[in-house]
Amino acid sequence: MAIEPVLTRYVREPNSFTLDFYLQHEGYDALKAALAKKPDEIIEMVTAAGLRGRGGAGFPTGLKWKFVDKKVEPRYIVCNADESEPGTFKDHLLMERNPHLLIEGCAIGCYAIGAKVAYIYIRGEFFHVQTVLERAIDEAYAKGILGKNIFGSGFDCDVFVHRGAGAYEAGEETALLESLEGKRAQPRNKPPFPALVGVYGKPTAVNNVETLCNVPSIIMKGAEWYSSLGPEKNGGPKLYCVSGHVKRPGVYEASMSITLRELIEGYAGGVREGRTLKAVIPGGSSVPILLPDQLDTVASFDAIQKAGSLLGSAAIVVLDDTTCMVWLAENLLHFYRHESCGKCTPCREGTDWLHKILHRIERGEGQMRDLDLLSSISGNIGGKTLCAFGDAAVTPVLTTLKHFRHEYEAHIKQGRCTLPAPWRAQHPVGAH
Amino acid sequence: MAYGATFHKSSRQLEDEGPAFVYTPENRARFDEIITRYPPDRKRSAVLPALYLAQYQQGYITANAIRHIAELLEITRADVEDVVTYYTMFYTRPVGKFVVNVCRTLSCAINGAERVTEALCGKLGIKPGETDASGTFTLMEVECLGACDRAPAVMVNDAWQECVTPESAGQLIDDLRARGEDALSGCHHVIEKMKAKG
Repeated sequence: MAIEPVLTRYVREPNSFTLDFYLQHEGYDALKAALAKKPDEIIEMVTAAGLRGRGGAGFPTGLKWKFVDKKVEPRYIVCNADESEPGTFKDHLLMERNPHLLIEGCAIGCYAIGAKVAYIYIRGEFFHVQTVLERAIDEAYAKGILGKNIFGSGFDCDVFVHRGAGAYEAGEETALLESLEGKRAQPRNKPPFPALVGVYGKPTAVNNVETLCNVPSIIMKGAEWYSSLGPEKNGGPKLYCVSGHVKRPGVYEASMSITLRELIEGYAGGVREGRTLKAVIPGGSSVPILLPDQLDTVASFDAIQKAGSLLGSAAIVVLDDTTCMVWLAENLLHFYRHESCGKCTPCREGTDWLHKILHRIERGEGQMRDLDLLSSISGNIGGKTLCAFGDAAVTPVLTTLKHFRHEYEAHIKQGRCTLPAPWRAQHPVGAH
Repeated sequence: MAYGATFHKSSRQLEDEGPAFVYTPENRARFDEIITRYPPDRKRSAVLPALYLAQYQQGYITANAIRHIAELLEITRADVEDVVTYYTMFYTRPVGKFVVNVCRTLSCAINGAERVTEALCGKLGIKPGETDASGTFTLMEVECLGACDRAPAVMVNDAWQECVTPESAGQLIDDLRARGEDALSGCHHVIEKMKAKG
């Protein structure tokens, strides 16, 4: 369902990233309103609104803030801006065009859980976004919106940007905290969860960019308005990233009562002329694929899960009939093999092994028994690692084997890729 | 070893000793400001920004740079080396003036990233992971840059070029030679121009 844009309302306006523009459009009113309330009231509002984390897991944000141990000082907000899930590019847009919305969300979050410092952990490839954010933070300090005694309330808050250096795994919340502490981005064992033992061993709330950007509108317009924007337990505006074989790829804001069909055929213009839809990845490369007959699924956390996949980071990758599914699995396993942090053996060794097998099948050198081997290795990675990376990495293999086993078999029987697309390299050079 | 080509976490390589290294006064001032962002007993947090400063100053990370950073942050050299060898954006060997990173992950790949890489290889006469003879260009294939709606995306040093085609990739190399990083389109600009035209 189309809604009046909340998060992306101003992103196309020139100067939308400046403080002057933001202040002229009700900017930081929510922070003022929040500072007039008690911190617990803010947490109650966010809980009542039903805001669910936009990073991928969909965990209720109010509950996360409630879990933060209020007896221990200091506490921290860490904003996860390490947007790295293939197909996801929503946080980039928010930070590039509306950095003050995120800063306001960080400050309100800090006030709610009693933190004085927020770190925005941004991925290394977003250098240009870091520049925008840091300029916005400087502007906010200069106007007394950040720093000591904000708006005369006695509340102090600092916001810092911390740049990563190219590691998908840093998007996992405990790995992100390790990276922020100056170590390799490798996950910690859970529990304890970051709400109790987070960065520097202190209670920490780790929230996604889009999640924090939702907070100011909840403060201004109320929990009831917010939850009424979507189906039950899936309230609020949502950013969808549509990419792949569509006419108009981009970030689209809608309520979670919209269907995949409306997003793909309506907003994104459908697949290109003369092509037909083959499959859809609804939530980033780590989730199972959906088939064309499931396009009328509502794009909410709960409905997509019911359909057998996950909404994840709402990264919808559309694949048309030129896409070879064995090639797709190989492409994604190349990614996971490269990004595995190396801490847990099943994932470190298994992703490399899976990639080697997929590579030989794709080249036409596979055997039928390789298919069972793929399933067996996947079964020994999924659920056997510290973080969800292992499960994510085996999903492209299992989901393509489930729905497109005939393509694997055709590759093996014919000894070649049966669907070489025109967009593939003519003389593969990077094949390794 | 060529970057990206045969990378594996277990590959062990000692960094070049390199020339003697200390931060320039400007970088030292920047470093001193950065460490105030973290608790006084948690200086180690500044290791990534400290390494970026060293890399911007010298082009790549040497053993001497690692030693300097370790002393400033009061941690061991091994602690710093541990980080350098984990993150893919730090170079332990000299790279070209322009490091051209082509995104190779799904959304870029299905929009022709492989053909962009192929065109760049032909234009520069090198393979991914290599630097051309003049030391001007290093070509790399990287994993998802997060610009999937503007695919295929290319990152040159820290700046982006979007909606690249095999044809425009060759032109990009000529433009970089002539105008440096000013030749790059930056974020979202290309697609907005396309949308404005209808």
